Amino acid sequence: MSQHQEAVQEFHPRVHAALQDSQIRNNFRKAMDGLMGKRQQAFADWDLEGLRDLGAAVRLRALSRLPELLEELEANLTRQGVRVHWAENGDQACEIIRDICQARDAKKVIKGKSMVSEEMELNAYLEEAGIEALESDLGEYLVQLAEETPSHIIMPAIHKNTDEISALMHEKTGTQPSRDVAYLTASARQQLREKFMQADVGVSGVNFAVAETGTLCLVENEGNGRLTTTTPSCHIAVTGIEKVVEKLEDVTPLLALLTRSATGQHVTTYVNMISGPRKEEEKDGPEEVHLVLVDSGRSSIYQDEELLDTLRCIRCGACMNHCPVYTRVGGHAYGTTYPGPIGKILMPHLLGLDKTRDLPSASTLCGACGEVCPVKIPIPKLLQRLRKEAVDGDSLRPSVVSGHGVKRRFLEVLAWKGWAKMHAHAGFYRLGTRMMTSLRGLMPSKLGGWTRYRTPPRIASKSFQQMMREHAQKSNAGGRS
Amino acid sequence: MNQARSNILRRLRAGRKASFALPRSDFAPVRDRDWSAAEKLDLFQQKIESVHGEVHRVPAQQWVPELLRLLAEKQLSNLLVSPERKPGQELREQWHGDLPELLAYDQPIENWKSELFNQVDASLTTCRGAIAETGSLILWPDTQEPRLMTLVPPVHFVLLEADQIYATFHEALSTQGWVNQGLPTNALLISGPSKTADIEQTLAYGVHGPAELVVLVLE
Ligand code: SF4
Repeated sequence: MSQHQEAVQEFHPRVHAALQDSQIRNNFRKAMDGLMGKRQQAFADWDLEGLRDLGAAVRLRALSRLPELLEELEANLTRQGVRVHWAENGDQACEIIRDICQARDAKKVIKGKSMVSEEMELNAYLEEAGIEALESDLGEYLVQLAEETPSHIIMPAIHKNTDEISALMHEKTGTQPSRDVAYLTASARQQLREKFMQADVGVSGVNFAVAETGTLCLVENEGNGRLTTTTPSCHIAVTGIEKVVEKLEDVTPLLALLTRSATGQHVTTYVNMISGPRKEEEKDGPEEVHLVLVDSGRSSIYQDEELLDTLRCIRCGACMNHCPVYTRVGGHAYGTTYPGPIGKILMPHLLGLDKTRDLPSASTLCGACGEVCPVKIPIPKLLQRLRKEAVDGDSLRPSVVSGHGVKRRFLEVLAWKGWAKMHAHAGFYRLGTRMMTSLRGLMPSKLGGWTRYRTPPRIASKSFQQMMREHAQKSNAGGRS
Repeated sequence: MNQARSNILRRLRAGRKASFALPRSDFAPVRDRDWSAAEKLDLFQQKIESVHGEVHRVPAQQWVPELLRLLAEKQLSNLLVSPERKPGQELREQWHGDLPELLAYDQPIENWKSELFNQVDASLTTCRGAIAETGSLILWPDTQEPRLMTLVPPVHFVLLEADQIYATFHEALSTQGWVNQGLPTNALLISGPSKTADIEQTLAYGVHGPAELVVLVLE
């Protein structure tokens, strides 16, 4: 396990630190407020419910035929000259990519944005093999310069403000300190253009893979994705197995939902649809195109009817932008590749609940994420399910969630058993409440997780039943006088 | 890695629940629009201008003088244009001495990468139509107008015929029969110049691709 993944477990200290950091809070607050407003405007003239229903239906239809569609995608891509590889986990995927690079004697890799490559920590892996991997999306480039990880799946450097970025670029690349965003952007363009010309291999993600036509769709604003997939002589696309859709027309609602939900744009600057390597007479484009299909826990999610909905996700980030927890603590506090609500329902499957034990409970269950999700993933329901899995210790009932039962504690189990018994028998109930009211002075002032953020509850001197009884006696007595 | 393939497919097949409730895919929200040609043109223009694209409407016969005017105004010293396509031929016919130099993408990128990246000011291409709802141009790069032609030069001019504007992406791909025809190596929607908001959500143009996208609509 990498250092990064190890760090997932230290959730609470990071949350504390983030809450104290007014810079982080300001940066996120400002950005998320902006994004929420833009999304709302972008859907103003739309039958949003109809569109979300369609988006959900398209994704569900794809999942219902997932193995067949993956085979169809593979067959079509292969026919068109793309080489398709399969990886059961991130390490296998890294290995495949390294082998392709080594077979071509490639030393320099330029990367378009890909969350799956973050998930499998590809850059570090390649670095170890002596292959330089450079991010070219501006946000990812900045995050890489700072030796950090993305704090948002769409806007990786959202945790930094202009001054911080100016200082970073000054220190690492020698640009002048400046608050002029146009200047900073132009400098990055210049630095990266050189890299594009030198790169041996381009690695990108995929937004939608169309089975029917064997087409990889990439959505972006900067043009770095197009450069990555066009300039080097070899392009390797890497994606989770769930990204496939059945038909080309299925892309239309997903595209309409994705860009509007993510940033409030009616479309991104580029929609890049790749169906094969450069043909004989063509003058540019890669000679070789590869697709690496990564499972990494997705096929286990697929085993469970309820959790399956997680796989509908189109990675728009809207659930983060609208989450009262994410907007306050920011992306790094989660310590996972995918932060926010989608991270909370996805990461436990990728890493195991034992390593992500605090994520499903880091939610107020306010429901905002489920309301904005463009493909109607019932995120709050899935969070509750994962909370249940975390304390589910029944070894007889198999669970698809690895690390389930991690939060089960003997004392807590005993307490709940007692609670159940007490509520099932009137005698036990009276005895129990009498004990609680008369011994209430003995209650400790620290109650673990409860009192970490709240004051302890105070038990009343009389139970409700007792008060009712006394009330009845009094009025009976009163009636007779 | 064939082992991985069979393992993954086996797990998916074994785990699939029989009870997949499949709601109907009703495409009405992304399909049904009843806009006139004039409305579509107006909307296209409004949408692409809202993301910093530039639109000039010109009578079909007069695009060359308009282009010349823009080249001079933007002080561009050369223009990459396909000599094989009709616009490139028309342009060459009307060309004379002191105008910007006309360049051709007539060799594989490997032979002139540095020149393309560093010395070309602008390009001119055709397109396969546009989408009103999103202000998008549809391009299928080919041997005459290769992919990087629309990406590397800082200014990209596009000729669009006014009657080639579709209401939605869905309409464009079904009317043009993309699936039956088979997709090219690379198909593109281009909606404005290259941009980023990665520095504190402040928009900046031309981060990796062109900083200016200029559409000449031929009416
Ligand atoms: S869960 Fe829904 S809202 Fe969140 S990133 Fe995925 S698609 Fe977007």
